[in-house]
Amino acid sequence: MTTLAANKPAYDGKTLDLTGKSGARAFKNTLATVLIVLCFLVALVPLLWILWTVISKGYHLLLDPNWWSQSQRGVTVRRVGGGAYHAIMGTLIMALICAAIAVPIAILGAIYLVEYGKGTKAAKVVSFMIDILTGVPSIVAALFIYAVWITVFGFNRVGFAVSLSLVLLMLPVVLRSTEEMLKLVPDELREASYALGVPKWKTILKVVVPTAFGGIITGVMLGLARVMGETAPLLILVGYSKNINLNPFEGFMGALPTMINQDRTELALQPAADRVWAAALTLILLVLLLNLLARVIARFSTIKSK
Amino acid sequence: MSSTDGTAPPDRPTDRSTGPKLDLGPVGHLGDRLFAGLARGSGGLVVAIVAFVGIFLLALAIPALADNNSSFLFSRIWEPGGETPRFGIAALFYTTLVSSIIAMVIAVPIAVGVALFTTYYSPKRLAAPVSHAIDLLAAVPSIIYGLWAIIFFAPILRPVIDGLSSALGWLPLFEKPATDNLGVVFTASVVLAIMILPVVTAISREIFAQTPITHREGALALGATRWEMIRMAVLPYGRSGVVSASMLGLGRALGETVAVLIILSVPNGNDPWDSSIFAGGETFASKIANNAAEFDSPEKTGAYIAAGLVLFVVTFLVNSAARLIVARSGPGNRRPRRNRRAGTNPAQTEGAAT
Amino acid sequence: MSVNRLLRVGTVAVASLGVLALSACGSDPESSANPGSTSSSSGGDCPKGTLNAEGSSAQKNAIEEVISKYNEKCTDVTVNYNPTGSGAGIKQFNASQVDFAGSDSALKTESKDGGEAEAAAAAKRCQGSPALNLPMVIGPVAIAYNVDGLDKLVVDGATAAKIFQGTIKTWNDPAIVKLNPGAKLPTAPIAVFFRSDESGTTENFTKYLEAAGGGAWTGKPAKKWTGTGAGKEKSAGVAEGVKSTKNSITYVEWSYAVDNKLGVAQVDTGAGPVELSAESAGKALAAAKPAGTGSDLALKLDYATKAPGAYPIILVTYEIACSKGLPAEKTALVKSFLTYFASADGQSSLADLKYAPLPEETRTKVDAAIQAIS
Repeated sequence: MTTLAANKPAYDGKTLDLTGKSGARAFKNTLATVLIVLCFLVALVPLLWILWTVISKGYHLLLDPNWWSQSQRGVTVRRVGGGAYHAIMGTLIMALICAAIAVPIAILGAIYLVEYGKGTKAAKVVSFMIDILTGVPSIVAALFIYAVWITVFGFNRVGFAVSLSLVLLMLPVVLRSTEEMLKLVPDELREASYALGVPKWKTILKVVVPTAFGGIITGVMLGLARVMGETAPLLILVGYSKNINLNPFEGFMGALPTMINQDRTELALQPAADRVWAAALTLILLVLLLNLLARVIARFSTIKSK
Repeated sequence: MSSTDGTAPPDRPTDRSTGPKLDLGPVGHLGDRLFAGLARGSGGLVVAIVAFVGIFLLALAIPALADNNSSFLFSRIWEPGGETPRFGIAALFYTTLVSSIIAMVIAVPIAVGVALFTTYYSPKRLAAPVSHAIDLLAAVPSIIYGLWAIIFFAPILRPVIDGLSSALGWLPLFEKPATDNLGVVFTASVVLAIMILPVVTAISREIFAQTPITHREGALALGATRWEMIRMAVLPYGRSGVVSASMLGLGRALGETVAVLIILSVPNGNDPWDSSIFAGGETFASKIANNAAEFDSPEKTGAYIAAGLVLFVVTFLVNSAARLIVARSGPGNRRPRRNRRAGTNPAQTEGAAT
Repeated sequence: MSVNRLLRVGTVAVASLGVLALSACGSDPESSANPGSTSSSSGGDCPKGTLNAEGSSAQKNAIEEVISKYNEKCTDVTVNYNPTGSGAGIKQFNASQVDFAGSDSALKTESKDGGEAEAAAAAKRCQGSPALNLPMVIGPVAIAYNVDGLDKLVVDGATAAKIFQGTIKTWNDPAIVKLNPGAKLPTAPIAVFFRSDESGTTENFTKYLEAAGGGAWTGKPAKKWTGTGAGKEKSAGVAEGVKSTKNSITYVEWSYAVDNKLGVAQVDTGAGPVELSAESAGKALAAAKPAGTGSDLALKLDYATKAPGAYPIILVTYEIACSKGLPAEKTALVKSFLTYFASADGQSSLADLKYAPLPEETRTKVDAAIQAIS
């Protein structure tokens, strides 16, 4: 995407326009430019404001190395100290398990819709189901897993159950955006590949998917961002613990959204308020880190197809 | 992806011609069969998951619905559990829909504007950082949007609420509330708009950026202004993508839980129903989340699950409607609404694609 | 090798590297409350292990404080408390998801919706032995308000009931003026906030309104609000609502009213206006009687008390624990923690957090019941 933006340029309407513009058209063009820039500025205000709030209120705790290496054990809302280590680990563990399950299914599902099932009845059914899945509110996904995991199987509430419910939320996001991106890959690329005798599956893996890779990564990142900030499944499927627990199959587990949720009820108290914003900032930074990582890999991988 | 810009032949918009042609590639390999099987399996898995969720939800909802002593669709009373459970979703339905629609009305045009700005207007150096910043905002957890909104953002909406309600107060929709309470549907809508903005922007941007360069060059070469180029080449090409981006946004707005829960104040059961967007309310998701801790009997849980089911159906209907619109007006078989006298005729190239 | 596989492998590899790097240095903070204390005393009556509990959010601050103190004594015990609400706590307890529960009301012995009664389900969870209701934390409920220039507000039971019922609609209503001679009361409508989630606080507050309201409160006491106003989620929500809305009033745990710097109304019980304090709440508690007999420790509060200087709106939260039937190691953990909670030492830390400590007589009984757990 970044590379795209970089590719764009140079075609500036004004320099290429040889016919001369009538006043009305020039006016409309200016008006559109003004409106679009205005849109951008209007959008920027709340977005910068919220980022500023989180950063300015949260950054000082992040500067303390203890924030990254300690849990909240024994730290009450009236006391300063402790860190978010337990919650960071919990969030990472649950999100990664979720992604490991959801991303392959989503990408393969999208490949099915675009490459194999296109136009068939079965594909329409799958597409229909994804639409429904998009509408599953996180709380209902959580209730569903609760009933299966706890009521039917009788397991305890654990981090893995959260991951399972997050899969339901991540799957349609990644699948839809991947599908949208695969659709945009020109047929000529596929046809050229077939013409060279490359089998279909190799065409998909080596031509189609790499071509759409940037978009797919954006979809995965949007999906990850969505599930990492999700609170409802955490509330229902795993208890919040202030202590370190790295085992997704046993015991209460901390996570950044539940850490925020615990302390947000005590915003009138400074130590708790600081931790709320710091935890939010940490969560944002985590996603940013994943994002950058994905972008690096995306750029690295698109070189091949150039 | 960037290579598509250089190597892609022109005019292959979203709806390509159909399947048979694709099977021309050699398909007999074991790898092919395996891979096709995997892809089909994933598709099947999605169907199975949804069917499973659906059946399970129905199974929980039906007994509660059967015991319901009040019209599920048209009552606004919510007293599940107890000896004579009575619950209806009219008020929830109204608030959910109104808040999401207002959020869409605010967010989508702005998101499209931002996406166009980052793809075609902004200086090169600005585009990438801005895109990243906006992507980052999709990562802000909704609980933080809620906290920020109620503490910092809502107070600045008070003049807007006062202004709108005194100007349009004669409409029931804009009626002024009795107290200064800021936890109203309008506040929630604006915050929802801010929340879905990054999602819609990110996807729209991807789509706009993929507009074949020949379309754009063609328009410009024929003397189109930048705006005309966008209207004739970029927007028609990206329409389907924008609609599906909007649907993802709408899905998020309809199902948004914690932020709405923090912002909205809940009307009590005794007052007459207030349809104003300057009154409080509850959405499906906020209602379920607010009461999730007290799902202590199957009857009660069933009532909430039934509400969740309705949310499904609403989202699904909206999605289907959008898909229908896309199918009718997809770039492959639709011309720009009016061909400007700029003299370009993108219909020609578009027609070729069909 | 497919690119997306490459990506996945890459992401997972880098992430797990990060995980490893982080886990190498993850630790628990040293006790910040008492840096001098060492972790040497983990022997003696301190078992080892993890205790999970869930329930009432009204006792969250109390139990967190006690856990923190307990951990100074017993460093090898991890106690998690999840403040999701009394109903959720009992549900999780009965489903064997947690080792004990916190609740704003004792287990109900009668079934509500034709299902199993809470007490019976709890007994089943405890392998047939009854579950104990141990009163542990006492939290006064404040009537908190936000009116410019009004430093002192007095209400009585009937006025409060009418305000929260919605029959008194403005601040300068004669009934309020009569109780507050000379106060600057605005003409504005009263904005009432209530808890939109089901809550033990609502239940106790409506019990008070019913008992002291002289018939002005028409609803039945319940966890779900039946009066007037606008609902907000949890104590934090109503406190925030009052803070940001002028001319508003709500009922909320005392600590939230204090932390959010809200005005707290004095309550006229018929023996003159009483200010909310640990002392005045304690006096009301002295008037409380055991609800049952024998080992049943559930308390019955007298909300209509006219004892001089007693603040009548108080909330008792319980710990629900098995009397028998837990695995031996869990039993030892539950016993050890609850013993500390009910000790004079454990209770003494609660006053600073705007809770009232258990009266000595009750405390001894609770302690005896805990020692009988096996």
